[in-house]
Amino acid sequence: MAVKEISIGDIGARAAAADEEFKGDEMVINMGPSHPATHGVLRLKVEVNGETVKACDPIIGYLHRGDEKIAENMTYNQFIPYTDRLDYIGPIHNNVTFAIAVERLAKLEVPPRCQAIRVICCELARLQSHLLGAGVYGMDTGALTVFMYTFTQREKLYTLMEQLTGARFTTSYTRIGGLARDIPEGWLGHVRKVVDEMEPVLDEIDALLSRNRIFYDRTVGVGVITKEDAIAYGLTGPCLRASGVPLDLRKDKPYCGYEQYDFDVPIGTNGDSYDRWLVRLEEMRQSIRIIKQAIDKMPDGPFYAEEAKKIFAPPKKKILTSMEELIQNFMIVTEGPQMPPGEVYFEAENPKGALGFYIVSRGGGVPYRLKIRSPSFCNLSIVPKIMPGHMIADIPVILGSLDFVMGECDR
Amino acid sequence: MATKVLERKPLSLAERSYLPQIVGGLKITMRNMLKPPVTLEYPDERPEIPVGYRGVPTLVRDPNGREKCVSCQLCEFVCPPKAIRITPGEIPEDAETAHVEKAPKEFEINMLRCIYCGLCQEVCPEEAIFLQDIYSVTGYTREEFAFKKEKLYELGGTLPDKHFKWDKKKAAEEHGNPHH
Ligand code: SF4
Ligand code: SF4
Repeated sequence: MAVKEISIGDIGARAAAADEEFKGDEMVINMGPSHPATHGVLRLKVEVNGETVKACDPIIGYLHRGDEKIAENMTYNQFIPYTDRLDYIGPIHNNVTFAIAVERLAKLEVPPRCQAIRVICCELARLQSHLLGAGVYGMDTGALTVFMYTFTQREKLYTLMEQLTGARFTTSYTRIGGLARDIPEGWLGHVRKVVDEMEPVLDEIDALLSRNRIFYDRTVGVGVITKEDAIAYGLTGPCLRASGVPLDLRKDKPYCGYEQYDFDVPIGTNGDSYDRWLVRLEEMRQSIRIIKQAIDKMPDGPFYAEEAKKIFAPPKKKILTSMEELIQNFMIVTEGPQMPPGEVYFEAENPKGALGFYIVSRGGGVPYRLKIRSPSFCNLSIVPKIMPGHMIADIPVILGSLDFVMGECDR
Repeated sequence: MATKVLERKPLSLAERSYLPQIVGGLKITMRNMLKPPVTLEYPDERPEIPVGYRGVPTLVRDPNGREKCVSCQLCEFVCPPKAIRITPGEIPEDAETAHVEKAPKEFEINMLRCIYCGLCQEVCPEEAIFLQDIYSVTGYTREEFAFKKEKLYELGGTLPDKHFKWDKKKAAEEHGNPHH
């Protein structure tokens, strides 16, 4: 009986060819997409010989929501809640990065107070993200306790976020040209208290793991990424710095007034999983340093750029009482802010690496195209390169040390 | 540029024997064991909800009991996940609030769609929609989560009005000066 062949074109052929590579004498196993050790909905196709990994292919896209397309259909401020859901481990940093990108497009300057608040937010997000990264990394290597300690601290950061933004997780805090609201009374004191309490805990988890022989043996020399590879694969963030490349956008292309703060960029020497752990640990300490400086220097003044009110949102009090502003409010909400045509690319040092937004505007209220450069996606691309030769039990360790988040990778 | 190279030393002989780690680790564990618990016994103990919390969006009335919403549908427009459905309606001519002209006939917020972003509250030109501190909404069916107008007003209650602009308008009209 003749079998009717249905052509699904190039994509099918490519997928088949990719599968062909896996049809050797080795056994192919599947990890994920709901495997706890794959940190989110990542699926790995692993070719093994006994316990040794011969090839490993990450399959992504299980969390794809089409954020870039969604952005084309809504105004700039409406997209802010969607940026929460990129790197949902430290959501407020995405808010800030997106807001700065659009501000660059609109050529807006935000007041110093707004910048300082944003810096605190960014560093709190970094702490959130690295605390999770460190805690879960402990779990991946078999040390459950560290997770409990880091999550206790993370909980406090959530409470801070709740006080600041009104939501623990989906912060949606920035607006183009400023912030949704000013910091509440006494909030800076809470922040200082939380980071002060956090420092001894960092020392504790350092003491529990860094010189622990089990942890040491499981991570040293595992998943080595050379300097050249790290650059060639476009790695950014702690994964790049662990390989010894001192690239940190906060230093190299300062935004948000980062040049005023004094902090070090930690770099590793070997580029293995252990180095990535050390780098994250040190980055948390540096974040605390930055937060303390920002609290001390917190300037007074407005938290929303005056010029931005014309483009993005007239003051609420005026909307309630004056016809002019009321009409303007309706125009801005329904048609979107009138942006100049042009394109802009802005990337910031997110906890996971360089998160970039490329926005093409043809004028008018919505972006013509919005591209998100997600650090997790690029960092994950190194997996097929570094996995082969390791044992199956090393897979969670290496994945954990890369510390990616699929919400951002698949966007 | 200030870079900090993270040097590492190989494990010493003592460290290779696991012993110092076990002792040190147990010390940390003991110290943490004696600390007070950090968890809440949830349904009995409730977390403290800060001012400005973004919980369930609700509709509010002004102190005179008038529905503040004029059904301009701006919140419906801005809502990113399109959780709000409004059917505008007229206010009868003989009503006391007839000068406001419009009020929602139906107003529905689907709490399963709502992402509690607060944009509706931000754009509302009448301060008629507010996010309250209610954070646990429960129900048995999907339909229950589509909160209707009555439920939204019940949850929202009354909020003091800072401007009373409609009352001012009415007073001005009665004085024969409709533009103020
Ligand atoms: S709640 Fe406010 S924004 Fe929504 S329709 Fe009513 S008046 Fe307009
Ligand atoms: S809070 Fe956000 S999602 Fe919920 S109804 Fe208001 S605008 Fe829509």
